[in-house]
Amino acid sequence: MTAKWRLGVFWVAAAGFALLYFAGVKNLPPWGHYRGLYGQMISAVTVYERHATDAVNAVTYDYRGVDTLGEEFILFAAVLGCMVLLREPERPSEMAKPDKGLSETVKATAAASFASLLVLGIYLSTHGQLSPGGGFQGGVVIASASMLIYIAENFQVFKRITSHPLVEALESLGAGFYAIIGMVPLGFALPFLTNWLPLGTTGTLVSSGTIAVISCSVGLEVTAAFLLLGYTFLEEIISGENEEA
Amino acid sequence: MMIFGGLVLLLIAITALAVVRTRNIVAQVLALSFYGLLLAVMFFVFQAPDVALSQIVVGAVALPLIVMLAEAKMQRRIRQNRKEEA
Amino acid sequence: MTAFLHIYPYLIAGWIFLCGLYGIATSKHLVHMVISLAVMQTSTYVLLLNIGYRVHGAAPVFVGVSPGTVTVDPVVQALMLTDIVVEATIMALMLAMADRAHDRAGTLSPDDLRMMRG
Repeated sequence: MTAKWRLGVFWVAAAGFALLYFAGVKNLPPWGHYRGLYGQMISAVTVYERHATDAVNAVTYDYRGVDTLGEEFILFAAVLGCMVLLREPERPSEMAKPDKGLSETVKATAAASFASLLVLGIYLSTHGQLSPGGGFQGGVVIASASMLIYIAENFQVFKRITSHPLVEALESLGAGFYAIIGMVPLGFALPFLTNWLPLGTTGTLVSSGTIAVISCSVGLEVTAAFLLLGYTFLEEIISGENEEA
Repeated sequence: MMIFGGLVLLLIAITALAVVRTRNIVAQVLALSFYGLLLAVMFFVFQAPDVALSQIVVGAVALPLIVMLAEAKMQRRIRQNRKEEA
Repeated sequence: MTAFLHIYPYLIAGWIFLCGLYGIATSKHLVHMVISLAVMQTSTYVLLLNIGYRVHGAAPVFVGVSPGTVTVDPVVQALMLTDIVVEATIMALMLAMADRAHDRAGTLSPDDLRMMRG
């Protein structure tokens, strides 16, 4: 099908979609007057039932914890697929002289920024039940911090951090720990993913039972997943450049 | 607040068209990063701080990074093929 | 006019969806196609967020805010939160597939993407 035909079919499909979409949307409740009751009830009872002050994370990791478990495994499987697709045959490991990296000022600034970003990521991951944040955001912040190390230094330092088999083990541990926490209540004839840890005092770090633990475990998994993604994409570029040089 | 939200939505619609109509990949990645930041502003205006955090970190940092890495990989292979043919 | 204002964000979400679809249909570069798919995914975020919005609603975080106040809907925000992070990983997987396709077929244009014959 040539490009012109494809564009013509697209315009027909777009017109049809626009008509159907408009017909579906024009009878929705007006913007700003959502009538759903589920969210209202959760907002009213979250602080009392779960001792968690962040309703969104309480919904993500507790009330709708099964959906998040599925999404986390989508992430796990996608990273696995990337690593399998981009796996290269073993190259001889003699490398040319390592790249010098950027200037000393940039390296010092990157090291200081790395430390503060690491603390920020850990803060976001562990305070998921108290303030906006949670495992997903904190994990990506920590993984971006390690990319800062790659930019300032050379690839060898980055490789030492991320190609260690510990990173893969941590990713599997983070993903599996979520499922294990969910399966423990099954032994006591309670539903899967019941909040079985003691709930604690609202507003402190050790509160809301399994929400805090699941948030940390998800943070671990997302960090390791993005580190592996970065390493997989970078490895072939860098080793290929070293071969050409 | 609703007027400001309406203006941000209009800006998002224009930027979405701009991202799609950019053909050069490096320029499109920068446009995608800006689009991600604009979406984060919209999430913030509509009282969704969790989602805004997520969008800033992923849509403005991690996603353009991954796209640029993939593009660099493919450009390197194109250059290698051209060198082998020559 | 007020009827248009009532459904204005939903129309914007539909417009963004069609923009992304236009990008995919007229794409001449595999990476451009992947980024257009990312734009299509953001249209769902716009739609979900604006469905759950309540006028004068507060953010669903109760630090220093008494739990009886009217908030925007937290359930749709929980749906969007994980979706954003998963989007990045799915884009990475599709870029890996595009890289493999480029390796096999030698071209980055979707029109000429056929296996080498002969």
